[in-house]
Amino acid sequence: MNSNTPSSSAGRAGSADSAAPRRNSKRPKYSKFTQQELPACKPILTPRWAISAFMLVSIVFIPIGVVSLFASRDVVEIIDRYENVCVPESFRNDKVTYIQSDVDKICNRTLRVKKLMKQPIYVYYQLDNFYQNHRRYVKSRSDSQLKNNNSQDDVDSCKPEDNTADGMPIVPCGLIAWSLFNDTFNFSLNNQQLAVNKKGISWKSDRDSKFGKNVFPKNFQNGSFIGGKHLNSSVPLSEQEDLIVWMRTAALPTFRKLYGKIERDLQPNELIQVTLENNYNTYSFNGKKKLVLSTTSWLGGKNDFLGIAYLTVGGLCFFLALSFTVVYLVKPRRLGDPSYLSWNRNPGGH
Amino acid sequence: MKRYVYINDDESLQELYCDNQISNRKYTVLNFLPKNLWEQFSRFMNQYFLLIACLQLWSLITPVNPASTWGPLIFIFAVSASKEAWDDYNRYLSDKKANEKEVWVVRQGIKKHVQAQDIHVGNIVWLRENDEVPCDLVLIGTSDPQGLCYVETAALDGETDLKTRVIPSACMGIDFELLHKIKGVIECPNPDKDIRRFDANLRLFPPFIDNDVCPLTIKNTILQSCYLRNTEWACGVAVYTGNETKLGMSRGIPEPKLTAMDAMIDKLTGAIFVFQIVVVMVLGIAGNVWKDTEARKQWYVLYPYEGPWYELLVIPLRFELLCSIMIPISIKVSLDLVKSLYAKFIDWDNEMIDQETGIPSHAANTAISEDLGQVEYILTDKTGTLTENRMIFRRCCISGIFYGNESGDALKDVELLNAVAGSSPDVVRFLTVMAICNTVIPVKSKTGAILYKAQSQDEDALVNAAARLHVVYVNKNANILEIRFNGSVIQYEVLETLEFTSDRKRMSVVVKDCQNGKIILLSKGADEAILPYAYAGQQTRTFIEAVEQYAQLGLRTLCLAWRELKEDEYQEWSLMFKEASSTLVDREWRIAEVCQRLEHDFEILGVTAIEDRLQDGVPETIETLRKAGINFWMLTGDKQNTAIQIALSCNFISPEPKGQLLLIDGKTEDEVCRSLERVLLTMRITSSEPKDVAFVVDGWALEIALKHYRKAFTELAILSRTAICCRVTPSQKAQLVELLKSCDYRTLAIGDGGNDVRMIQQADIGVGISGREGLQAARAADYSIGKFRFLKRLILVHGRYSYNRTAFLSQYSFYKSLVICFIQIFFSFISGVSGTSLFNSVSLMAYNVFYTSVPVLVSVLDKDLSEGTIMQHPQILFYCQAGRFAVFPLYFFFIFRVFSINRLRIRNWANLLHYFSRQLYICWLMVIKLMQDCF
Repeated sequence: MNSNTPSSSAGRAGSADSAAPRRNSKRPKYSKFTQQELPACKPILTPRWAISAFMLVSIVFIPIGVVSLFASRDVVEIIDRYENVCVPESFRNDKVTYIQSDVDKICNRTLRVKKLMKQPIYVYYQLDNFYQNHRRYVKSRSDSQLKNNNSQDDVDSCKPEDNTADGMPIVPCGLIAWSLFNDTFNFSLNNQQLAVNKKGISWKSDRDSKFGKNVFPKNFQNGSFIGGKHLNSSVPLSEQEDLIVWMRTAALPTFRKLYGKIERDLQPNELIQVTLENNYNTYSFNGKKKLVLSTTSWLGGKNDFLGIAYLTVGGLCFFLALSFTVVYLVKPRRLGDPSYLSWNRNPGGH
Repeated sequence: MKRYVYINDDESLQELYCDNQISNRKYTVLNFLPKNLWEQFSRFMNQYFLLIACLQLWSLITPVNPASTWGPLIFIFAVSASKEAWDDYNRYLSDKKANEKEVWVVRQGIKKHVQAQDIHVGNIVWLRENDEVPCDLVLIGTSDPQGLCYVETAALDGETDLKTRVIPSACMGIDFELLHKIKGVIECPNPDKDIRRFDANLRLFPPFIDNDVCPLTIKNTILQSCYLRNTEWACGVAVYTGNETKLGMSRGIPEPKLTAMDAMIDKLTGAIFVFQIVVVMVLGIAGNVWKDTEARKQWYVLYPYEGPWYELLVIPLRFELLCSIMIPISIKVSLDLVKSLYAKFIDWDNEMIDQETGIPSHAANTAISEDLGQVEYILTDKTGTLTENRMIFRRCCISGIFYGNESGDALKDVELLNAVAGSSPDVVRFLTVMAICNTVIPVKSKTGAILYKAQSQDEDALVNAAARLHVVYVNKNANILEIRFNGSVIQYEVLETLEFTSDRKRMSVVVKDCQNGKIILLSKGADEAILPYAYAGQQTRTFIEAVEQYAQLGLRTLCLAWRELKEDEYQEWSLMFKEASSTLVDREWRIAEVCQRLEHDFEILGVTAIEDRLQDGVPETIETLRKAGINFWMLTGDKQNTAIQIALSCNFISPEPKGQLLLIDGKTEDEVCRSLERVLLTMRITSSEPKDVAFVVDGWALEIALKHYRKAFTELAILSRTAICCRVTPSQKAQLVELLKSCDYRTLAIGDGGNDVRMIQQADIGVGISGREGLQAARAADYSIGKFRFLKRLILVHGRYSYNRTAFLSQYSFYKSLVICFIQIFFSFISGVSGTSLFNSVSLMAYNVFYTSVPVLVSVLDKDLSEGTIMQHPQILFYCQAGRFAVFPLYFFFIFRVFSINRLRIRNWANLLHYFSRQLYICWLMVIKLMQDCF
């Protein structure tokens, strides 16, 4: 504090400067922000507004729903569940023993095309009750190892499939890669091989940036307990598309994964012979295995949900719009009538 | 209990008491980190977050990167720690400046320049004009031959007038040179924080023989942080130093106030925590069961058969971490942020700037804005709060003759002017009392005009009025007063001043007329403190009538009286007074008793009536706020009639027949009890009628009611929407606030003077009016405003907006945390109850910070209704008072909404984990955004 103020103005000066930091300082310039006067709008939902909004939503949503439902219905799907029928009668009571034995597991299935299927026809395998999203499973991978040849030893997160018994790092490590699906499918039509294109079934971004071009499988499936498919150790990971697809873990315990594409049209009533090798063990946890052939529409695969959702919402809005209109016509009410305010309706009640 | 201060004794006292190092710091460099962390971690929420953050370091159980919790946590801690550190550093700097200031102190008999922090108790400190006082001193010498000096105490109590301080009689006349060598002992109480009392004694040692013990009062001291004014130099003995000074003792951080909303949020946090524990236990058990049954069959998971000992804990802990986001870490930061912005809005508001003085409103407490919107009771002071506290002398009644009744202004009343011109003895005596029976100090300005420095507005009005009526109080030179009347100067010597206390309700001076040597007692005070003591035989009827008549008009009345004292009567009394003044125990009470012995057998001179005008917009403000469902209580020290009149004129109560006033009075317990019960009965009956019923209670009855009939009085307080409490003391005001608070009402206390400080601090919200009675109330308050009418805007606009915004923000914070948490929980059912996080760390963090925390801060600008609408329909405030926007059920409604939406989404078919999560995530952001916009 200044103690040297001239004595004449002493009284006032003292009181002023003691209060100065608080009093005289912040008298802000006028601005819309400081005065809380920024432009704002608050739409009032008058009956007309509400009805037209609902109407608009229903007008937009119902056609979308119809169109997407049709698109979904246009998709042709052939689903063949094979995990049970592909076990010989003699092993039906003990499927786990069968799948773990060395017997020949070739199985023949015949699929009938119900409707014209336009190319490309996607071949999926579908697993049920398979928890790819289990925490222990989903964390058991090493992204740096998959991408980079130099970080082969980066296997900490891969437990328990990190190193071989003699301490060598496994590439690709982890439970996900180890349990790679190993059923194979061969298709023939009228005794002619039906080509299945297995290129380009994975995400381009995965091939380009998540799986390295110079990373080759090493020490893979060398242990005593074989999980799934073996990998060709001369092919870099970025070209092992089955692995790339498999390593995109599914969110739900029932999932489909792309196996390949058939690039020709299939005519109605054609019979497709499928020769499959039933190698993968889903028997120990009663998982189903299905082979799926599906076309696509502009909306993707077969999925009625979207259309139904749109129809439901649109229908609901339409119904609300109608009932509001009725209420509005039968019992109109003046806008902004203060007698409807709660304190006016029951005076005295606070 | 006592301390003995040996003056100028360099050896004995050095260690006994602390030196004069002032320290306002909370921390030191060394203990800052531990102490600050300890303080922060004493909050439940912070402990919780720390626990979560520590658990996340264990990679086996953490669903996300630990950085996603550590980051925000460290940020929050760093922000509040650096805020504390900055504040503390500033305190350190100002302390340092004060401590290192050079002052003149006597050491070994020689005046030396030392740093202020080296002053010890017993040292003699020399001050020059405009110096700040470094510690509490007892004056022993000044440049003034009469031993007077003037100090400004603004920093201490906010009063801006100059106060006189005087050296004790024992030190009177000691030579300037000898002051260095003075020796003696001061017997004074241990340090306390009462800045109005200092009951001590002084005894000087030879050669300064004065065998008498000399009493010391607060008038003989100059306290730390005051400024010496209009006095060339002064010197004093340090009695309290460092943090033990009166100022240092009264410092201290008041308890932080917690708003209703904060309490609600804390409660909710607790509830959610319990819920979370339940979820964790259920899912943890389910997870372990699933693991032991199903997961063993899932060969690809490769569960080992023998797990470590903590195996059973892993899954519950994973869920604990997954669910930890249920309690939003961001809520504290966002609330702090928006709350400080609310406060800023109040500071910035152009419509709340007092146009006369240019003083803007100020929110000193930034944390309680939303409580303003929930106020249910307003307790208001009258003088200076409802009224302007600009006193104007309007009427008077001198020896039974009423002046000023026709014109409404006695100063223009021809009859009075004639009487003055004719030197009518009654009138002259009356005016003399008006002019000198006070503690006013006249100051001659450069232009020659006389300015009066008065502590009380009433005295100011009286002295000015007397001057207008040609009895001019010209000069005060030590004990000699000069009065100019009709060109002649009359001198009086002030012998004693019997100061005003709120118990005695009067003040007197004993003066000696220097012309004829007569000793006179001049008194002025409230009617009930003066009129009963009139000498036997004087007719006081007209005065009582006058008082009543004036009170009816809402004027403040004072009765003036005088009495001639005989020489020996005065001498005898003077001894008793001196003795009473030097007692250490119960001094105030003793003095009052002694004064009583002199103040009797008055000759009543007349009654003055002073007008205190209502402030602009008071009736409108009260009406609007009452419509908003706020109840008003008026607590005033003024008398009943005046209070009622003011209450009527500012819409506080309605006149008959619409309104009804119920009186609680009585002097004894029984009387009070009976009248209380009667009032209560009437109140119960009329509570159903649309009638404005108010009760009036005076300080005495209130004392009894609060002491013995607290329950009945509480019931009355709940029933009554309006109350007038007159003649109440500051502590009673605070008690009333306490009473209402104990009934769970949100109270707001508004006042302007030092007598309102306790009530303001006690209330949930204290509002101070930076008025003419100094800044004391405004300093103690959470909000200070320039005029009463700004209260309307403060409550209806700022309070309501703040409340709505905080309610929305807190609900929303919990909502968005629960939403994402419920997705995680639902997902766990389809991921083998293994504790997989659906969202990755980046998404989670971005969700919590960028998508949901930062954007909603914009809600601080949200205005659900325009200001005009609120002012038009103040009833809208009911919703805030009832706390309807932030009630428990509503939170649960939000939670149910979460459930319903979740079910819908989960069925959606999607294949890839991260794709699915992203899809859900985007859906969520849309839903959340929609919620945000729809509100």
